[in-house]
Amino acid sequence: MADVNRGNRPLSPFMIGPYYRPQITSISSIMVRITAIASYGVVVLAIIWLLAAATSDAAFGFVDGVLRSWFGDLLLFLFSWALWYHMLGRLRHVIWDFGYCLDLEISKKMGWGMFIGATVLAVLTAIIMAMGSA
Amino acid sequence: MQYLTDRKRAQGLGAGGAGAHHHWVEIATSIALLFIVPLAIFVFGFGMGGTREEVLAYFAHPFVAIVLSICLIIGIYHIKLETLAAVEDYVHGIKGKLTQIAVTGFSYVLIGTGLFAIARIAF
Repeated sequence: MADVNRGNRPLSPFMIGPYYRPQITSISSIMVRITAIASYGVVVLAIIWLLAAATSDAAFGFVDGVLRSWFGDLLLFLFSWALWYHMLGRLRHVIWDFGYCLDLEISKKMGWGMFIGATVLAVLTAIIMAMGSA
Repeated sequence: MQYLTDRKRAQGLGAGGAGAHHHWVEIATSIALLFIVPLAIFVFGFGMGGTREEVLAYFAHPFVAIVLSICLIIGIYHIKLETLAAVEDYVHGIKGKLTQIAVTGFSYVLIGTGLFAIARIAF
């Protein structure tokens, strides 16, 4: 039962860094947060591209040219990896929250599954996009 | 004997000062992500790679405009919650409050601007 002590409550320490060896559980967790914040980037890019398309040929030509260069392709690939990774990471939170897969071993497997799954999905996305635009 | 209920004891706690509400909304929008992320990636992705006329025609389609609007609103709302949780963890005091306001404002600016861009093309 929760206590009524509202002032002197223990805080969980920040352990990643010099105090604690990096592990798949901690790294896969912090990456969920990093990919969420990084997703602002792809939203900004998408909005700039749409606004350029709505504005003029010159604006669209410039923004579209950047996004379709090799640098743009790389950026979009990384962003799609981040989106897929975040989706899988959040799926893990939902599974945990409903009370399943809380054992350490299965948690570690899910951590690796997020990295591998996001990479597979990002590569598949790139292949499907390359075929679609050919 | 304590006359406080368990719910009352939990009220207003947590890093965000909102009990478990923040956590629950993150879980709810996480379930939504399972639909939003694939839809956003493929519906948006297939619209890229054409001439400006093709792009405008594609994004003016009602299905595309509606799906992307929903993805934009719920997606930004979700990453806003994620970012606010990070701010609550690492930035404290008045600086933390101002950072939270800035993140929230930026998120709504993106939702507004994105919806404007979609509407501009759709109508």
